[in-house]
Amino acid sequence: MIATIPQSKTFKWTYRVYVTLFFIYLALPLTVVCAFAFNDSVFPSLPWEGFTWAWFFGDESPYIGVFNERSIIKSIGTSLFVAFWVSMLSIAVGTSNAFLFVRYDFKFKEFLYILMLLPLIIPGIILGISILVFSNTVANNLEDATGMWFDGLRPGLPLVILGQFSFIATFATLVISARLEKFDRSLEEAALNLGASKWGAVRQITLPFLMPAIAGAAVVAILMSFENFNTTLMLVGSDAPLTITMFDRLKQGSTPVLNAVSLLLIVVSALLGIASLLFQKKEG
Amino acid sequence: MTQAQSRLGLYLLMTPLMLWLLLLIIVPHIGMFLVSISVKTGVRQYVTGLGNYMVFFTEPLYWNTFARTAFMSIAATFLTLVVGFPVAYYIAKLTRGRTKTTLFLMCLIPFWVSELVRTFGWMILLRETGIFSSFLQYIGVLSGPVEFLYNDAAIMIGLVYTSMLFMVVPLVTTLDSLDDSYIEAAYDLGGNGISILREIIIPHAMPGIVSGCIVVFMLSLGNYLTPILLGGKDSLWFTGLIYSQFITRFNWELGSAFGFLLLGLSSAIVWAGLKLSRQSLTDTVGR
Repeated sequence: MIATIPQSKTFKWTYRVYVTLFFIYLALPLTVVCAFAFNDSVFPSLPWEGFTWAWFFGDESPYIGVFNERSIIKSIGTSLFVAFWVSMLSIAVGTSNAFLFVRYDFKFKEFLYILMLLPLIIPGIILGISILVFSNTVANNLEDATGMWFDGLRPGLPLVILGQFSFIATFATLVISARLEKFDRSLEEAALNLGASKWGAVRQITLPFLMPAIAGAAVVAILMSFENFNTTLMLVGSDAPLTITMFDRLKQGSTPVLNAVSLLLIVVSALLGIASLLFQKKEG
Repeated sequence: MTQAQSRLGLYLLMTPLMLWLLLLIIVPHIGMFLVSISVKTGVRQYVTGLGNYMVFFTEPLYWNTFARTAFMSIAATFLTLVVGFPVAYYIAKLTRGRTKTTLFLMCLIPFWVSELVRTFGWMILLRETGIFSSFLQYIGVLSGPVEFLYNDAAIMIGLVYTSMLFMVVPLVTTLDSLDDSYIEAAYDLGGNGISILREIIIPHAMPGIVSGCIVVFMLSLGNYLTPILLGGKDSLWFTGLIYSQFITRFNWELGSAFGFLLLGLSSAIVWAGLKLSRQSLTDTVGR
């Protein structure tokens, strides 16, 4: 069971084979997605027709590469826009929540903390429909009352951003709180003794200390926003983020251009993921 | 810092939290509940009642799908645990240093990638013209192409794959904290592999098992992509019903009732899991 306890050879090897098979199982789907991005055929399936870069750079129908496919480029832009705002909102609210929960004692603190955790256990599709129903009711009432249009409250990017923010903010709060708890208050007091204002001390001492956590939370928020599907699906309007565009293509059956997009996604998310780990390491 | 200043600070920090929780979580859910108990009687005319919930209980398709989703999610959770536990144990107890970090990282990477990409990978592997079918024909097991996609086994493979990380990570964390000397002591006292597993390792890993199971169950229950893409049109997943009520049929009242039932089931299981293992939500997910 552990290295110091003798085990039969058969057991050891069976165990190793099992773990190896497990990692093959993990790697297999991503590997085939990447491999077929280079297949010189209009279907992402066998037989292998030879190697090509056409699904990245091609510009002749049906070999339209990612970089020449308007709708995909546009939806990557939409995803980046959404991810940027979700990430900004989440770290802003997350930092404020961290100070609130770590520094203050108040009535119903426990209760509010549990409430703050709830978005993690509500299925994403339910978060989506509840926000959809609510914003729609508000929009109807406002439009009846004022006679104006409130498009921001109809399915579209503002709602997608709010929907994703509604649960990503919890992650940001947890990550930033954990870091703030490790902060030594006497550093801030020293700054105050040396004549800093309250806000000056927080800005010059505490916030720089929190930076690795804030940056890490921002990266994780971007990743989560980029790959979110369930909440986005219910709130999306005419501008579709990348996951929605890819889903629609996938249902219709598509050319390997989807594999090429996926390959790019895999590379970028692996890099971002490693970046977030490095930020965490820096926290030490 | 004076009392008044501190109060002001408290209120200022409280504002974003309250706006977030009230406007995006609490009020929308109350609103959804109110919609779910309003029954349409005519054009823009509604009465309050449990009609939508009655529709759910009287239409076999609906509650069958609900029960099916619940059972398949439980099965997926169990499978994920059984498949993931030995691997988590291997990473936590039988590897050290760089190997350990590398294996752990290899577990993480697939999950930074969009679920859509992972599901797409399984579609390429399993479909009629896919890798498995071609490979089995090549080695002579099959005589013609076979469709491995669009059945329950495909859904199951996809669900287990998608949730694996959320099982392995908490398991590795709890198993890491188990002192090797306990296992040695048990061995010296005459325990064999199975009794050590049952009496030392599993009880110690219980918190990790519970939090892993809760998260995996929730993710499977609320999953939409995997059942729809791998299970095809007849996948009969409850989130699919919610989607079609909202987007295709535009019956928001029934859709909201469905949403509430799903939320109720998921909360009930989370609650039961926490009660059974005597843990709090704060310890389980608040890490």
